[in-house]
Amino acid sequence: MSVLSELRVGESGVLVALDLPESVQNHLMHMGFVPDARVTALRRAPAGDPTVYCVDGLEIALRHETAEAIRVRPAAQSEEVPELVEATR
Amino acid sequence: MSSCCTPPPFEPPAAGESPSVLKTVVLIGPPNSGKSTLFNKLTGLRQKVANYPGVTVEQRMGLMAGVGRDDLTLIDLPGVYSLTPYSEDARVAVNVLQGKMPGTPKPDAVLLVLDSLHLTRQLMLAAPVLALGLPTLVLLNMSDLMESRGGQVDVLKLARELGTPVAQISATHGTGLDSVPLFLNRHGAHATNQRLTLPVLGNAASTHTWAAQVSRRTGYHAPLSAQSSRKIDNILLHRIWGPLLFLIVVVAVFEVVFSIGQPLSDGFGDLLARAGDLVRPLLPAGWLQSLVLDGAWKGISSVLVFLPQILLLFLFIGILEDSGYLARAALIADRVMRSIGLNGKAFIPLLSAYACAVPAIMATRTIENKRDRLATILVTPFMTCSARLPVYMLLIAAFVPNIVYLHGFLGLRTLVMLGLYLAGFVAAFTTARLLKSSVLKSSETPFILELPQYRMPTVRALAMRLVDRASIFLRQAGTVILCVTLALWVLAHLPVARVQGGALAAPELAESLIGRLGHFIEPAIAPLGFNWKIGIGLLSSVLAREVMVSTMGTLYGADPDTQAMHLQSALHHDMTLGGALALMIFFAFAMQCTSTMAVVRRETNSWKWPAIQFLYMLVLAYGAAFVVNHVVLAILG
Repeated sequence: MSVLSELRVGESGVLVALDLPESVQNHLMHMGFVPDARVTALRRAPAGDPTVYCVDGLEIALRHETAEAIRVRPAAQSEEVPELVEATR
Repeated sequence: MSSCCTPPPFEPPAAGESPSVLKTVVLIGPPNSGKSTLFNKLTGLRQKVANYPGVTVEQRMGLMAGVGRDDLTLIDLPGVYSLTPYSEDARVAVNVLQGKMPGTPKPDAVLLVLDSLHLTRQLMLAAPVLALGLPTLVLLNMSDLMESRGGQVDVLKLARELGTPVAQISATHGTGLDSVPLFLNRHGAHATNQRLTLPVLGNAASTHTWAAQVSRRTGYHAPLSAQSSRKIDNILLHRIWGPLLFLIVVVAVFEVVFSIGQPLSDGFGDLLARAGDLVRPLLPAGWLQSLVLDGAWKGISSVLVFLPQILLLFLFIGILEDSGYLARAALIADRVMRSIGLNGKAFIPLLSAYACAVPAIMATRTIENKRDRLATILVTPFMTCSARLPVYMLLIAAFVPNIVYLHGFLGLRTLVMLGLYLAGFVAAFTTARLLKSSVLKSSETPFILELPQYRMPTVRALAMRLVDRASIFLRQAGTVILCVTLALWVLAHLPVARVQGGALAAPELAESLIGRLGHFIEPAIAPLGFNWKIGIGLLSSVLAREVMVSTMGTLYGADPDTQAMHLQSALHHDMTLGGALALMIFFAFAMQCTSTMAVVRRETNSWKWPAIQFLYMLVLAYGAAFVVNHVVLAILG
């Protein structure tokens, strides 16, 4: 068990829960951050923060402190989508 | 119940109860689902101009002439993820949908646009929309991409699941749009089947479970995602190239506006002057000729010449906005914005404000935190808008020598211009920081930014923006500027004096009403290096900044000493370098725009903020101009 902000670029995790205020959580869930969704860290902004995450085909940028409040579990390696890793190289 | 003037208080219509006549149709969907493209297709682009460039943050209305139903009003809404409003633009959408928006008719039917490439998530919006009980047609957009990338969905099954008609369309290519008039003719007057099991509304988890079940039962298979945007971002968001390219883009825009725009403006100016000369013999010599040509035409054309440059600037900002690059700029800027207590989202309106502060202030509606939004509104007018361009261009052309560096790639004039842009930028950032660390301090709201796919800006959309802007500019020239120049001409020719021999003659300019007013205020502005004519210009430019230029045109045109001169030479003849630089700095900081003050009042709902903003900016402008004038005096001895 870890948090989203710990994902390295190119790594994926499966979302477990969001420890955020109700309204923020609600908003993020409507953007695809729902339990069991697969989230990939796509790239960091030039300054190192925020990070762009890919969830359900959508690219969403979150700051470190927000990503830190989103719990994920590791995704099984076989689920790794090769094209995503390709894109981040 | 669907009267268009006074929307009644919202009552959720019971199932089966339906409006007798269909009048208003509303278009809703998540952000980037293609609503605006569809809106333009359905209305045939003949919408009322209530459309500001940039993010759609307001409802737009138009008649559905594009599908032969010009008896129906179509409302386009800002994109929303859910009907639980998270920011101000989403609140607008929800209010319109529920008929609670003053001045906007309550919708009788709904077109729900969903991006079929991400149907599962997008279906989450279907639940609260269907729960409204209005006749609804679900449009699965981007069907062309869906097909080419191997996605699948069973439309009939989905229609059965949702209890409402569903059609596949491609708004970009205009395919499948016949389903819209068909639906409006057949179902428009009847609320659809509402024996639907919907999730608990407002609960995101249960809504998602519902959406996932529906999409599974209808055999939805998501297509592969496109890689092109990511490849572009590998460069544009690169650690080193990203910020560097961003800077290059900004500098290049100004260089082009200056180097290509200047000859265009000069040519246009010659054309306008020649048009004036053509009319001259047609008018009887005397006061009428003087009023029309030396007063009105000279004043108006001195502002009109800047139209090419303003349009060029709008073209570039339009390309940046339409392509999806602005969101990337927000991402790059987040770190800097954070240091002043705001986040990257506040950067988008600040960048749009290079064109005009009015739409930029409207665009602040996407900022979720109220105090962040207020701080952004208060500093936006510092960003150098296109109305300052004419003033800067005129003064730079008159006072800054045309020296080029780097083999002609960068000119001294461009550098001075960039310096003025930088001054506005620094003032905005410093003020924001002051506000955010004092009166507008707040806990941080999370920064959540969606990066849309890059899109090729269409020629048509860009042309629409330019036509809109040109018509606003010409209307301004035909009304405000015309009235001001006529009033100035009259004031410059009164009181009529009786000279020797009993003939009537206009007074010396300094003895005229305007001259006396100018001399009355001169002591207040003399420390800034401004003469009384500049003082009159400052007074009249409170209406709008570009009025300054037309006022100068009229006043110097009325003065026999400078009448024959080009406006630039007249200024050069009449002002010191210190005064000219001080005047530019004054324009960089002062709030001289009634449209901006009106929109700030509307968005903050009180006169308090625009008043504070006006005074603060005036004090800053006066102080900075004073310092600049005295520093230049000290250096030049």
